[in-house]
Amino acid sequence: MTYEPVIGLEVHLQLNTDSKLFCGCSTTFGAAPNHQTCPVCLGLPGVLPVFNHRAFEWGIKTALALDCTLAQVMKFDRKQYFYPDLPKGYQISQYDQPLAQAGCLDIDVAGQARRIGITRIHLEEDAGKLLHDPQAPWSYVDFNRAGVPLLEIVSEPDLRSPDEAYEYLLELKAVLEYLDVSTCDMEKGSLRCDTNISLRKPGEALGARVEIKNLNSFKAVKASLVYEIMRQAKQLDAGERIAQETRLWNAKSEQTETMRSKEEASDYRYFPEPDLVPFTIQPRVREAIATQLPPLPAQRRMRLVDTYGLSAYDAQVLTQHRRLAELFEEAVAQGAKPKPLANWIMGELLAYLNARGQEPSGVTLRPEWLVHLLEAIDAGTISGKMAKELFVESIERQVDPAQVIRESNLRQIVDDEQLDRLADEVIAGFQKSVEDYRKGKANALMFLVGKCMERSNGKANPTQMTGILKRKLT
Amino acid sequence: MDRLCTRTIHELRSLMDQGACDPQALLEELLEQIERLNPTLHAYITVDAERLRQRLEQRLRQGPRGKLFGIPITVKDNLCVQGEETTCASRILRNFRPPYTASAVERLCQAGAIIVPRANMDEFAFGSSTESSAYGVTRNPWDLERVPGGSSGGSACAVAADAAIAALGTDTGGSIRQPAAFCGVVGLKPTYGRVSRYGLIAFASSLDCIGPITKDVHDCALLLSVLAGYDPKDSTCAPVEVPDYVAAMQQPVQGLRFGVPNEYLIEAGIEPDVKAALEESCRALEQLGMQRVSVSLPHTSSAVATYYVVATAEASSNLARYDGVRYGARAATDGGSLLDMYQRTRADGFGTEAKRRIILGTYVLSRGYYDAYYLKGLKVRTLIKRDFDEALTHCDVLICPTSPTAAFRIGEKLDDPLQMYLSDIFTISANLAGIPALSMPCGLTTKGLPIGMQLMAGPFREETLLQAAYAYEQATEWHRRKPDLRPQTSDFRTGKEVGGVTDV
Repeated sequence: MTYEPVIGLEVHLQLNTDSKLFCGCSTTFGAAPNHQTCPVCLGLPGVLPVFNHRAFEWGIKTALALDCTLAQVMKFDRKQYFYPDLPKGYQISQYDQPLAQAGCLDIDVAGQARRIGITRIHLEEDAGKLLHDPQAPWSYVDFNRAGVPLLEIVSEPDLRSPDEAYEYLLELKAVLEYLDVSTCDMEKGSLRCDTNISLRKPGEALGARVEIKNLNSFKAVKASLVYEIMRQAKQLDAGERIAQETRLWNAKSEQTETMRSKEEASDYRYFPEPDLVPFTIQPRVREAIATQLPPLPAQRRMRLVDTYGLSAYDAQVLTQHRRLAELFEEAVAQGAKPKPLANWIMGELLAYLNARGQEPSGVTLRPEWLVHLLEAIDAGTISGKMAKELFVESIERQVDPAQVIRESNLRQIVDDEQLDRLADEVIAGFQKSVEDYRKGKANALMFLVGKCMERSNGKANPTQMTGILKRKLT
Repeated sequence: MDRLCTRTIHELRSLMDQGACDPQALLEELLEQIERLNPTLHAYITVDAERLRQRLEQRLRQGPRGKLFGIPITVKDNLCVQGEETTCASRILRNFRPPYTASAVERLCQAGAIIVPRANMDEFAFGSSTESSAYGVTRNPWDLERVPGGSSGGSACAVAADAAIAALGTDTGGSIRQPAAFCGVVGLKPTYGRVSRYGLIAFASSLDCIGPITKDVHDCALLLSVLAGYDPKDSTCAPVEVPDYVAAMQQPVQGLRFGVPNEYLIEAGIEPDVKAALEESCRALEQLGMQRVSVSLPHTSSAVATYYVVATAEASSNLARYDGVRYGARAATDGGSLLDMYQRTRADGFGTEAKRRIILGTYVLSRGYYDAYYLKGLKVRTLIKRDFDEALTHCDVLICPTSPTAAFRIGEKLDDPLQMYLSDIFTISANLAGIPALSMPCGLTTKGLPIGMQLMAGPFREETLLQAAYAYEQATEWHRRKPDLRPQTSDFRTGKEVGGVTDV
């Protein structure tokens, strides 16, 4: 029996503001435990929250980028429960009047365009972090994270497959990166994701919903959904009912597991936060932020295809990260040819980043370096192979490739006389190969070209070399 | 010459400026008074005389100098003072020493005052008698068998007994005004948002106010002018200009209108002495040139219920942080679970009234009951506020008794919490409406107990309150009456009942 999966995603995004949502403490990741705290985010007796307006603006920026309708009034609520990582015994969040509602995100799944609804976006403060010592009968709490601004983005249950969920996350991350509101790093916890899934027979009512938590990567999101579909389908086929519950993803066993039942009932006793005064969101605030929105991935994709004639696939890869798209456009503006540039970025640059596990935003690469590099290849000054090495050196030494070429006399040898002499030397030295070639072995020619490259320390232009040898040997 | 500790701030300032009084002599006298009286009155939970002397020395050396230079001001145990044990008179905050000072207290320091901490109070400000303190009961200096009122009982008692020059109290439902009335001193609850709440250990966030408890109206105006003003650390603090309260106080009251709410007059529980004192006071106000009008506050009968729904809801939330994780007391549970730790810590740490209010507040906010109680409470609150908006278009101040009775006996109301709650009937509405209200002495009962008169005015109209209060005070001189604390006629070491009242 094939069931239709109904999937929704809930993303918690840490905003990369200088300070926390309700106090002036830093939000920088990785500080020593409890070194980024103050009486306010520790929930000491007598303290009061003060709203971080940068977080407010970035929340609006995100909401507008996702096509949402903003609330009229900005209001906070207390969400109450007891846990050691929650200093006040309540989280300042938003309940009935979230910052924004009714937005959407367009994604492309295997050539098919799909519009995924965004139910709501709201601001709330993050909790601290618990560290459990398996040897000891106690646990530790680190409050550095307590009070960090979070944006919760809830999608409509419009997703219909694990692949769609994956694409949604990629596109959402790209948009968020473009807005530069977060580091969007699932490993460092600045982007967290829970998912909801139920199965139904097409056309029928919604089935029981299962929530999945403890997902550490986009791949895990996809894998957990694949597993859940299989698990639930099996149960439904056997005539069993699906329990509406929360399950945890076990990355090791690659299965979801029932969460141990929480002793506390989930009545959060929401009520309006009396320490923060609600205020009207002024239209001019909205306008000011709307005019400052950068071109978003979808727009950039269109531009790359229309203006530079790139393929849809190329445009997709290049716009995955704002930095790549920016590099591309800046380099083209300085004279680089679009297609070779696109290929170089998608090929060499991404390979460089992947090998080192780096993000595009983390590497310093000036557009003129790419321009100079590609010019040199085009003019034949250097070979493709030399260019690859040069590229790496350029980044690591933080120096223009043109300068490196000058410094190390890397110029390819293109002078016919020199190459002619070189060819003669190699032919003289490797008679056997010469005979092999004359007998019909094409590989032998390549061998001889290789030897020329060796002798010239890689400086001989291989294309010319091949031509010269061929001429001499026929 | 009168002893220095019996003086007011303005008198002492004048003496100091003339060089006729030295701050160290003042502190010594005050410490002596405290040492003599506190064992019986228990106005202070603890007093560290040495530390106070050091503080004064430092202040004299380094300043800052201001209106309150060298003046000791007593502070209630729910106002954070850096490095001082601040417990809200609760076991659960045993040994808690805040790493920072409340903004209002900081303002006193910036004006040159010396802070005298730990005036006793009802635990977490839950109460009208100071009987629920985990550190002992405070006694009324006018009659040691009676309560000083609450929750700022320690502050009011100390001021009345000259064991404080002046004090800070806090008021959520009457906790400055009612003890001021019971102890025969002046107490002001400013407009909500007039004084910063940062550093005030919260009871009910939308109701709590910090305010002065003083020997006369002039001191009240003086302290208010130091306390009031915008603080960026408190989002509910209003960026409204602070007028010259002392100057405003002295404005003539000719032509000001005062209203006595009809619904308050017919309140069944008002003691005859209190009623008589109020009528007498109204006549005095008319003689000063003020005009009496009739006003109505139609939703008066809903006020107490509304208050106890809204305030306890906020309190249950504000007290959730006392869980033993980061500060204060934590119960030892010998390897029990997290839930064990929470339950034991809070069961051991909170007193009965605190538990009662937490449970009530939790209930009121819980799923299925929120709409019927909390939401409804907020709506009725709006109606109550509108009552005051309307009434204050017909008059400049509202006048009524602060409390239906004078001070009751210790233990008298403990068995019936509702009885205790109902005694807040006249004070509670000012907190719900957010308006300023002042209590001042206006008479004595036949038993010689102080009676308080309450004045209320519109938001940020403290000047009008002080103006009317000052005129009344200067004409009637009730503020000169003091309890008899002489060693010969009252044995303060054994706590025997005092006979009668004397003009000192």
